[in-house]
Amino acid sequence: MNQPRHSTHRLETKQLTLGYDGAPIILDLNLAIPAGKITVLVGPNGCGKSTLLRGLARLLKPRRGKVYLDGADIFKLSTKAVAKRLGMLPQSPTAPKELTVRDLVAQGRYPHQNWLQQWSKEDEQMVEQALATTGMTQLADRTVDTLSGGQRQRAWLAMALAQDTEILLLDEPTTFLDLAHQMEILDLLDELNERQKRTIVIVLHDLNQACRYADYLVAVREGQVHVQGTPEEVITEETVREVFEVESRIMPDPVAGTPMCIPVGRKGKVSDRA
Amino acid sequence: MNNNWLVIRPKRFPFSFRVERRVPYVLLALGVVTLAAMVISVGQGEYSIPPLDVVKTILGIETGNADYGFIVNTLRLPRAIAAFLVGVGLAIAGTITQGITRNPLAAPGIIGVNAGASLAAVTLLILLPAAPVSALPAAAFGGALTVALLIYLLAWQGGSSPVRLILIGIGFKLIASALTNLMITFGEINRVSQALVWLEGSVYGRSWEEVGALLPWLLVFGSLALLMGRELNALNLGDEVARGLGTRVEWRQGLLLLCSVALAGASVATAGAIGFVGLMAPHLGRKLVGASHEGLLPTAAMMGGMIVVLADLLGQLLFAPTEIPCGTITAAVGAPFFIYLLIAIR
Repeated sequence: MNQPRHSTHRLETKQLTLGYDGAPIILDLNLAIPAGKITVLVGPNGCGKSTLLRGLARLLKPRRGKVYLDGADIFKLSTKAVAKRLGMLPQSPTAPKELTVRDLVAQGRYPHQNWLQQWSKEDEQMVEQALATTGMTQLADRTVDTLSGGQRQRAWLAMALAQDTEILLLDEPTTFLDLAHQMEILDLLDELNERQKRTIVIVLHDLNQACRYADYLVAVREGQVHVQGTPEEVITEETVREVFEVESRIMPDPVAGTPMCIPVGRKGKVSDRA
Repeated sequence: MNNNWLVIRPKRFPFSFRVERRVPYVLLALGVVTLAAMVISVGQGEYSIPPLDVVKTILGIETGNADYGFIVNTLRLPRAIAAFLVGVGLAIAGTITQGITRNPLAAPGIIGVNAGASLAAVTLLILLPAAPVSALPAAAFGGALTVALLIYLLAWQGGSSPVRLILIGIGFKLIASALTNLMITFGEINRVSQALVWLEGSVYGRSWEEVGALLPWLLVFGSLALLMGRELNALNLGDEVARGLGTRVEWRQGLLLLCSVALAGASVATAGAIGFVGLMAPHLGRKLVGASHEGLLPTAAMMGGMIVVLADLLGQLLFAPTEIPCGTITAAVGAPFFIYLLIAIR
């Protein structure tokens, strides 16, 4: 797991339309996720970014159009074959309370096991590595319900890592975490991408964090890709106005140099007038 | 590296398996208690037999008393074995429903599956008294399956809350009980009295014939359930995560639900509605060996068997020579337990 590997898998959508019961949430969407990069999906509440992620993860059957994993229709592949290449962490998942961290992380090996091989040497190694990578080795024997929010999120991330997929999809992995734990999770993902060249797709709410960590940024608005590209290309005062309906000023982040978005709001307007 | 798991990984075979380290010891301890209780239980009755002679008689060793063979092997042993098997069936059924619904209250007895089984079995007893004993589990299975499907359609889908599932289940339970009462009120009196004894939830007077009718159900669906521990683990993390891990969720849920309903139905057909075993056994099992189902399923099964055997023994001892049905004992313990859980999940 430590040697870098070059991701050849690619995730693509063609004319993808997704929805639940009512009107479609994602409409005729074309998107290609760059291999070996961190892609961040941003957009206002209800724009369909989480739905899109579920569609990419094969959790939602398209109404029209297709999702391609390595050029093959993802719905023509078996659930298990997909699970070996693509891992998905939903927003705030819950575990049964008596489950230990190690038991949870071991679940990540499910797609690699069968009725005879339920716990191979490789399974054991991957679980221990995932625990080490996320810094959870010390807490491995605790039950999940005794952990803090940040630790719990790391435990789930360790499960996704133990799944050993080249593509990792995460739906708002930093929700409900304090700032320190948000940075910790994002730094960890950044490290995974850099060291192991995993393709990572994250839905994030915080625009500045998105700019900081994304190689590729996709702004979603009303079920469509509004703009996509590097953070510098995507985050302009104009696109922030169009996508989020917020006036803002954009300046370089004093730490990383990536774009930083300062919303204006009412207070800002007051001081503008003064 | 990790002392909590017992790993079996023979070099020569492409086979590997892991289970919580405590599981073999817990199973052994539960087994010993169960066996001891069974031996005492078999010795109980109008004609009491010392435990050592019970063991000797069962093993076919000469005891010097010609009556023991008939009393032990024909009259009392099938009852003790029926109690154990019924407990095993109910406990596995409860572990499965709690696992796939992720609801600690969703035992077949609580959500009305057992009541559906009872209704079907009572209907058979009253309307078709000539039907063979082996038809009873099949009828009970039909009743249980009907209720389970209705609940699945009405309460399961769309991420329904734990309490909603329970409320709808209790509704079905009341409907099924009302229909059962109707049967009893209007049925022919001799047939009704037979059905009433059975409805109390008792293993009193069970013969090898009933054990024989239950055993195939337990072997087939019990083994199938034990083989699906990993699937149950994955489903226990929620549908989204399970699907992300490569589980064919609907298909696995269906198969597991079928096992649960078949086990609950066959158990109810044998001993009537012995309540709260399917609720309690998995909880006690989780306290002992954790939430991983490879170890939890056999532990809960053994625990369920032990609970019913102990309840039956207590029922014989408490007000001897009057017997209390073991279902009354499990309800006396189980109902407060249910209320405790109801408070704890809020």
